[in-house]
Amino acid sequence: MTVTVRLFASYAEKLGRSELELTMPHGSTVADVVRSVNELPGGGGLPPSPLVAVNLSYAPSQTVIENGDEVAIIPPVAGG
Amino acid sequence: MMHASLVKRAIDISSLAAAVAKDSNGATAIFLGTVRSSNEGRAVTGIEYSAYEEMAEREMVSILSEAREKFGIADASMEHRLGTLHIGEASIGVAVAHPHRGPAMEALRYIVDETKRRAPIWKLEHYADGTREWVNAGSAQPA
Repeated sequence: MTVTVRLFASYAEKLGRSELELTMPHGSTVADVVRSVNELPGGGGLPPSPLVAVNLSYAPSQTVIENGDEVAIIPPVAGG
Repeated sequence: MMHASLVKRAIDISSLAAAVAKDSNGATAIFLGTVRSSNEGRAVTGIEYSAYEEMAEREMVSILSEAREKFGIADASMEHRLGTLHIGEASIGVAVAHPHRGPAMEALRYIVDETKRRAPIWKLEHYADGTREWVNAGSAQPA
């Protein structure tokens, strides 16, 4: 299955892109997606357990991902 | 009325206050966050705001709904600005109105604090020495 990964701010800079597609085995979790991103060039600069949102809502690391999900890796927020 | 949005133009706090005004509201609490000239001892020249826009708006709308449940407010309007802002420009404006001042002020604080804590928005600070840095990039994650 394919998932879209969104990257922002300092994380997008580290990986040199703001969006990518990953092919993941069925039953993969948020933690599995993060691990795959960590293994990409520049991905080692991300923390091992960053904040993640699936389809626009914060999701814990054990959340199971479905085909077509949008998985966003969220750097520490600083709005306001 | 309840309204939350990201904007790419100047925030007009008077419009936000006007949007929540009604005859039964005796109190309007407003907050305006502006870019300040220094952060942790470094001279700041401006801040570039970016966001995960779809999610940030959704999160801001959720925060207003929570404020309605917690404090009984029916009227709140907020905007968060994106893009490059200079010193003194407003990055966030919130107006909350209620028949009485207590709930208006408590809800205002809740909305501002939760937005800072949860909305996926980032600041890239530009400093007088020509360098730039993501604010909080090395800090702990919010709960």
